[in-house]
Amino acid sequence: MKISKFNIVLLGLALVAPFVFYPVLLMKVLCFALFACAFNLLLGFVGLLSFGHAVFLGTGGYVTGYLMMNTGLTPELGILAGTAAAALLGAFYGKLSVKREGIYFAMVTLALAQLMFFVFLQAPFTGGEDGLQGIPRGHLFGLIDLSDNLNMYYFVLAVFLFGFWLINRTVHSPFGQILKAIRDNEPRATSLGYNVNDYKWAAFVISAALAGLAGSTKTLVFQLASLTDVHWHMSGEVVLMTLLGGMGTIFGPVVGAAVVVGIQNFLSGGELGNYVHIIMGLIFIVCVLAFRSGIVGEIQKIVKRNFG
Amino acid sequence: MATFMGINLFGLFGQLLVGLINGSFYALLSLGLAIIFGLLKIINFAQGAIYMLGAFAAYLALQYFGIGYWAALIVVPLVVGLLGVLMERFLIRPIANEDHLYSLLLTFGVALVLQGMFTHMFGSSGLSYAIPDALKGGTKLPFMYLPNYRAWIIIASLIVCVGTWWMIEKTKLGAYLRAGTENPALMQAFGINVPLMVTLTFGFGVALAGFAGVMAAPVYSVSPDMGSNILIVVFAIVVIGGMGSIGGAIITGLGMGIVEGLTKYFYPEASNTVIFLVMVIVLLIKPAGLFGKEA
Repeated sequence: MKISKFNIVLLGLALVAPFVFYPVLLMKVLCFALFACAFNLLLGFVGLLSFGHAVFLGTGGYVTGYLMMNTGLTPELGILAGTAAAALLGAFYGKLSVKREGIYFAMVTLALAQLMFFVFLQAPFTGGEDGLQGIPRGHLFGLIDLSDNLNMYYFVLAVFLFGFWLINRTVHSPFGQILKAIRDNEPRATSLGYNVNDYKWAAFVISAALAGLAGSTKTLVFQLASLTDVHWHMSGEVVLMTLLGGMGTIFGPVVGAAVVVGIQNFLSGGELGNYVHIIMGLIFIVCVLAFRSGIVGEIQKIVKRNFG
Repeated sequence: MATFMGINLFGLFGQLLVGLINGSFYALLSLGLAIIFGLLKIINFAQGAIYMLGAFAAYLALQYFGIGYWAALIVVPLVVGLLGVLMERFLIRPIANEDHLYSLLLTFGVALVLQGMFTHMFGSSGLSYAIPDALKGGTKLPFMYLPNYRAWIIIASLIVCVGTWWMIEKTKLGAYLRAGTENPALMQAFGINVPLMVTLTFGFGVALAGFAGVMAAPVYSVSPDMGSNILIVVFAIVVIGGMGSIGGAIITGLGMGIVEGLTKYFYPEASNTVIFLVMVIVLLIKPAGLFGKEA
């Protein structure tokens, strides 16, 4: 990714943002943005709709949370372990799900995620319905106190930028080109000699690992790991964020995550709290019927039409 | 107490019965999904929400209009089917030529809206619906007690499933349907109104879920999330069976219900997950599904 003026301005805004907005809300947006970007790597660049991506978010969160509570690991190691756990699960689930295509892929991933939902519900170390609460944030590298929200914010921003950079790097690499070739015409990619399922699997593992990274980080932010993060609602939410922002675009999922988190935050305070799912559902319907390119996709179209 | 080789037969048959009941619902729902998939090549994510809608419709019909169980069994599928017809005509048809993943997302949105509406109106705790008078009580068999309503569920859903199978495999209407599945463009060229057929098929598939919902109202508690929980299991069952055949969908549905029932007896901790585990095994051994034709 070239460092353009646009990117420098964005980075500058991200650095001063916590002095304007509530840092915890910003951290939530960043975690979900990373989650949505990881999901978009599969949907937007390989054409695979995973309907169970929450399982990786939740697995990362539970593993990090459990280790932080019980072993006194430093946060960076806790996050690393959570990410590794999600990647491992992704390696197994990916092997299973890439055997099926299209709609079946969506159903397989959803069912596999539900399997882990019940495991987390029943396992002795997850706290069942209550989840893990009061997880310590700890000291980064044993030095920087993360219980300070501002410190935590810059750490989360660094994690997000790393994940975002990695996804960009992947998309623009020769490997990413092959992924796009598979998305656009799978039989052709096969006929060119690429083992399509291996490429899909590799993309699945990267995506699962980054979703796990987002989940681990989110767990530290909220000091909580709960069943909400592995529920199918969460899997639906990340689909919505990506669709609304613009699937297959680099910034789309970030914008989508910000909008969805913003809407939820706005609704949860007031009378309208009960309508969250109805409104999410309506946004889904409107997006699919009239707005398939998403916010960023539409903006790109306008820019191309007028300035391109 | 009747035991055989250390197995409590009352308990075992009791769980088998529960398994058969669940299996009947799995069969009805996956049958509806398979019929819709056959012609439209889409998965209706709202199928679970419509099942929930069917149960609520039965409840509301009794509360507000005094419409009893037997009338609801006819009226509710018709009303719900009509809703399906409208849904196909105004939401799904406009995007019929787009990637099928979009229609999956669309129906997911519809499911969220329906579930959200009912949660908003009735809360998330369940409501109860009385068993109709004619089916109260039960029969004492030598090895178990069989409540009449549960026997009725199994019989009625078998009749509906087999009837649907017969209609699709053995009648002229079914032949049109199968031909439409193979090659809709050619069917259209022969002068069959394919768009109408697609709409009615969707309506019928959805009506089956509505029927299942009415059947379920007296045995499960009527709650907004009853649909989403069962739908994910039904998805796993569809993956296990493959959607290649109507008969396959019915057999897999019933079979997985029995597997679940047996697991509840022998190893209750795994009863929530066993169907998903079967799916994992099937994906490892025969990725296309037990009755699947496609790769």
